[in-house]
Amino acid sequence: MTIVSTADLLAILPELLVMAGGCLVLVLDPLTAKDRKDWLAYFSLAVLGAAFVVGYWFMGALTGSPRPAFSGLYVLDAYGAFWKLLLILVSGLVILLAKAHLKLEEIDLPEFYAFILLSLSGMMVMVSGTDLLVIYLGLELMSLSLYVMAGFKRYAPRSLEAAAKYFILGSFSSGILLYGISLLFGRTGSTTLAGIRDGIAGLPPGDPILLMAMGLLVVGFGFKVAAVPFHMWTPDVYEGSPTSVTAYMAVASKAASFAAFLRVFLEALGGIKESWRMLLVAVCIATMVLGNVVAIVQTNIKRMLAYSSIAHAGYALIGLVVADAAGTASVMLYLAIYAFMNLGAFAVVTMLRRGGLEGDEIDDFTGLARRNKWAALVMLLFMFSLAGIPPTAGFIAKFYIFMAAVGANMTGLAVIAVVFAAISAYFYLRVVMVMYMKEPGETAGTPGYDVRVVASPAAIAVLLVAALGVLILGVFPDPLIQAAQSAILPLK
Amino acid sequence: MIPLSYYMILSAIVFVTGVVGVLIRRNIIMLLLSIELMLNATNINFVAFSYYLGNIAGQVFVFFALTVAAAEVAVGLAIIIALYRGKATVNVAELNLMKW
Amino acid sequence: MTPDMVPANYLPIVIFMVVAAGFGIVSIAAGYLVRPSNPYKAKLAPYESGAPVFHDARTNIPMRYYIIAMLFVIFDIETVFIFPWAVIFNQLGLFGLIEMLLFIVILLVGYFYAWKKEALEWD
Repeated sequence: MTIVSTADLLAILPELLVMAGGCLVLVLDPLTAKDRKDWLAYFSLAVLGAAFVVGYWFMGALTGSPRPAFSGLYVLDAYGAFWKLLLILVSGLVILLAKAHLKLEEIDLPEFYAFILLSLSGMMVMVSGTDLLVIYLGLELMSLSLYVMAGFKRYAPRSLEAAAKYFILGSFSSGILLYGISLLFGRTGSTTLAGIRDGIAGLPPGDPILLMAMGLLVVGFGFKVAAVPFHMWTPDVYEGSPTSVTAYMAVASKAASFAAFLRVFLEALGGIKESWRMLLVAVCIATMVLGNVVAIVQTNIKRMLAYSSIAHAGYALIGLVVADAAGTASVMLYLAIYAFMNLGAFAVVTMLRRGGLEGDEIDDFTGLARRNKWAALVMLLFMFSLAGIPPTAGFIAKFYIFMAAVGANMTGLAVIAVVFAAISAYFYLRVVMVMYMKEPGETAGTPGYDVRVVASPAAIAVLLVAALGVLILGVFPDPLIQAAQSAILPLK
Repeated sequence: MIPLSYYMILSAIVFVTGVVGVLIRRNIIMLLLSIELMLNATNINFVAFSYYLGNIAGQVFVFFALTVAAAEVAVGLAIIIALYRGKATVNVAELNLMKW
Repeated sequence: MTPDMVPANYLPIVIFMVVAAGFGIVSIAAGYLVRPSNPYKAKLAPYESGAPVFHDARTNIPMRYYIIAMLFVIFDIETVFIFPWAVIFNQLGLFGLIEMLLFIVILLVGYFYAWKKEALEWD
């Protein structure tokens, strides 16, 4: 009895590589001498490199028809390959960033790399699964690794608090998601996305249990992408976690959750599009309003970036609400560009040190241009991009999202988004203002209070990639746009 | 034969008990147990649907949901132990270094 | 409650429960009526012979216990997968064997890690 064919195993080759790499790091960790632990970071990077090459090869070979694997539980398509390449790239940059940052925070444990690899394999499963069971397992593998990573600085009360809050609210939301999946299974008799789509077609319109299941799925995925009103965990968890973990959560876990969100809602629940569209428009507007308005009053840069990431989830949700080819492509483009600019902003935060601590207050950026003009310059670039000011990539991302909304006759939504994007410029430009327009405060030079920039080669490499990404994609975005457009989900 | 709706009502009651527990309890261990209740309500649903639809997929889902719940408990206990060592409390109201 | 909600198949269980409860009640009642009542201090102690009680049984449990419990939860749940696998092992053949070996190897990775990190030491 053959259940799994070689073609099936080949389809999950990148996932297998990353998973095996994660397990190997755990096995090798106790066997490596203390002064050789850096090799485990290089080993993880090599694993990611191999997975990237395989994924790239898939992406090239796959434009066209999706290939189902594992009897329809999994699919090898350009959509999944696009997200996988993005997630692998982000994970590699986070490992580079963490290598320097973990040493500064004195939590330089190789388990970090194992958790990155394991959580990445969960995300990769999540973006390619076509069965709710597979998607749920990937989501949990991602989340469980992230819960631990949030508490990675395990002697710091803030980090522990972040881990506890993230764990409680995260598993609460996956419980709700699972209940939604169970109702969906009961109503349609299937857990595969295609089976659910067929099942919904046979149900009367406005079936109450189906609508309830849909609502519960919105809650579950809304938590993972940090949409209002399911965003409560975001500011605390982003603030308390070590910054390299925050960067990973803000970029990779959000991208993977959006990928699964889109796939589930467009492929399985496409038949009741009108019902979830109303709900999501409300969520989307609330997310943009709350994220942008509350970010204005923040004094901690990580908290501000957390609210900014909530607001960006709101913009990306527009692409889902639009629910057509242009919408899907614009979400993919948005999150790819968002990955570069957000990762860059967090990378600057990791390099700023106040005494033995991280300089994560906005006040610590005061007069940064005088202390280190390069750090201030890249931070300016990332802030401009997050605010969506041309010629940075952030502008292109927002432009395509708004155009998708206009193209689908949702001009009202686009107008609201533009208004709040303009409001968001206030708090992004405030960081630029304190960096350039103010002198370093009187604490400058005081031991224990002085802010300095600690640059390591790895962190500089991350900043370079992020800054070049933001600049090049801002001026010359066509390759990425074409990649996203050729990788959209086949809409039914 | 017991109608399907009875199982659905049972699972809804268990699920709501779990949700309310998460919302009003303050001891983090009780929160963990409430989340377990929510997951088990889901399992009741899956098994009942699987039986009435004659579709084994629901029972397979229960196996995996059980495993995930166990992994979740293990990670949760680890976080609670670390929290107790660091702050000597398991009360979520005292997790107030950052505003909720 | 509709009549078909009480299937006749459950009748033996009800009879069994009644007999079990009845046996307990009758035995305790008979003992109470027959035995002489002569309480004194040693008789009222929790253990009539052996070491005297020196403190409350409800004390703090060492943190170690939770770590072992945590590991137990992980390794315990593998049975959920091994049991159905064993039931249809004959149909799965070599493929099933390799699949299960891979599963066990992944668990062993965790076991090896826990062992090497001294999570299993009891002190």
